[in-house]
Amino acid sequence: MTLPESDVAELEPGIAAAQPGPRTPAPLGRRACPVTLSEPVGRYRMIGLEDRGGPTPLPGQFYMLACADGWGSDLGGERPYLPRAFSVCRVRGARLDFLIDVVGPGTERLASMALGERAWALGPLGIGFTAPDGVESSAPGARALLVGGGIGIAPLVIWNEALAGNVSNVALGFRDEEFAAAASLLGANVSLATDDGSVGHAGLVTDLLSEQLERNSDRNSDRNSAVVVYACGPPAMLDAIRRICTERGVPAQLALEQAMACGYGACFGCVVRTRDGYRRLCVDGPIVAASDLHEEWQ
Amino acid sequence: MTLAAQSPGGGPDLSLRLAGLTLGFPVINGSGTFDAIAALRTFGDGLRESFPFAAFVSKTITPHPRGGNRPPRLWETPAGMINSIGLPNKGLEGFLAHDLPELGTLAVPLVVSVAAFDHDGFARMVETVGARPEVAALELNVSCPNVKSGCVMGSDPRETAELLEHVRPRTGKPLIVKLTPNVSDIAPIAIAAEQGGADAVSLINTLRALAIDHVSGRPALGAIRGGLSGPAVRAIALDMTHSASSSVSVPVIGMGGIQCGRDALEFFDAGANCVAIGTENFRDPVAGLRVRDELAAALAERGHGALQRVVAPAR
Repeated sequence: MTLPESDVAELEPGIAAAQPGPRTPAPLGRRACPVTLSEPVGRYRMIGLEDRGGPTPLPGQFYMLACADGWGSDLGGERPYLPRAFSVCRVRGARLDFLIDVVGPGTERLASMALGERAWALGPLGIGFTAPDGVESSAPGARALLVGGGIGIAPLVIWNEALAGNVSNVALGFRDEEFAAAASLLGANVSLATDDGSVGHAGLVTDLLSEQLERNSDRNSDRNSAVVVYACGPPAMLDAIRRICTERGVPAQLALEQAMACGYGACFGCVVRTRDGYRRLCVDGPIVAASDLHEEWQ
Repeated sequence: MTLAAQSPGGGPDLSLRLAGLTLGFPVINGSGTFDAIAALRTFGDGLRESFPFAAFVSKTITPHPRGGNRPPRLWETPAGMINSIGLPNKGLEGFLAHDLPELGTLAVPLVVSVAAFDHDGFARMVETVGARPEVAALELNVSCPNVKSGCVMGSDPRETAELLEHVRPRTGKPLIVKLTPNVSDIAPIAIAAEQGGADAVSLINTLRALAIDHVSGRPALGAIRGGLSGPAVRAIALDMTHSASSSVSVPVIGMGGIQCGRDALEFFDAGANCVAIGTENFRDPVAGLRVRDELAAALAERGHGALQRVVAPAR
């Protein structure tokens, strides 16, 4: 293999301005939290950590998690080495619930934790979602439309609970019926799409979003039909949502993901390209307004 | 380094003087591995009360603003990671106007890391930053290429000597030279830095590395190449620390994969006068304080009442 010669840093696009929040600050230092819940949710696993010393996170904020024992070099030098970033999925008293999709050695180790085992938790980190009435360019009385893809449903669960009655629709996409069982976390009134058509619409969840926005615009004289889209899922899905919402002038808040080493702004690794430069998702995200993203953010 | 008396609390006294700086304990951060301003936003004022390092080393500042490299920028490896961040920073002007005033409010001495792509640029950085009262010392990041010679300035003793010739007269503040490990022998570079008037050397920077995405078969990082850090490099860093400290009389700040007090003690055993925490900060934001406490315990276990070189390096 011939390596392309590309050691030269890009001088553009610069560094993006800091984002104010909303943000609940994290206590300084990671906390060892015992696992008090481990249950399957569809093909995912929900792990609950008892975080007695920590504050209540805002929906959309995340934690860096690692097992307190048997993590990477503690085991003898193999991966996982760095902690992993997880959006908080639910809060039940002092218990923080995280939805885990096993995709590599870190998620495999975390999902295998037994009750009573301890995990390091650092957080809450980053900024949370902004409610519809606080979103720039949202119509008065706008309601939330939640769109999730796969494991991306995690932050929408806590946001759905926080918004209570102010959610107009929930549309979720999964690989198949087994994964789609996790849709129950968002209640009964959910539109589903699956890649294989085993349940709900056979196709993309963005088809459901387009349909919904179409229906809304049919009633566009009714100001209450205005919505703010909140979405989390794979980058291709989020880019499709960005384009759909931009076309229709619908504000959208996207929960993004990038490989992250620290979660608190130290490493500059988790940047995403926005219109005013590279933004660190850990301190100035993971929630990003779709209209802030650069056309070629992916 | 002077040996200090036992501390009143009974534990070993870890304080030291290093290159003109007074440090409460011999643990600082590696440049680019802790952003005090972002950490203040994340953790609030709790960070001021328990700042994890005895001195703060800033991210590298360059003459002009840089956005940094195209993502992806990170890749996990066994016991470490590869990064290709690309020195994103606000540039000299942006740093002086926006970041320096806030960094100046920290309770610990501030070391500003600077880099440029030619001697004049470096000299201007050193003079301008060194003139600011908030700045206790400067660290020269010599791991970037000289656009004139095409050579990484810290990869050749002559390049290093020429750079020091240009920058040393520009400031009276302590100059620390951060050495790159991507050389066949680090000792002559350390000697060139010392002879050029450096007050200390720090090492190691990351080891040049490549990550391949096994699905695409292509380089995984946006900038193709990156630098390896973490415990994976510790044994190499220890050897280079020993090599440098055996060759120069100025203090040596050792770093590379330190995760705990025992690791830190290895660096002191190898001849370091101070250590820096880098990648471990990503896993534990207060790793600096933990390493300090573990180091004190490890010294006490050996019966040492104060920090000292356990092994005097052979000259």
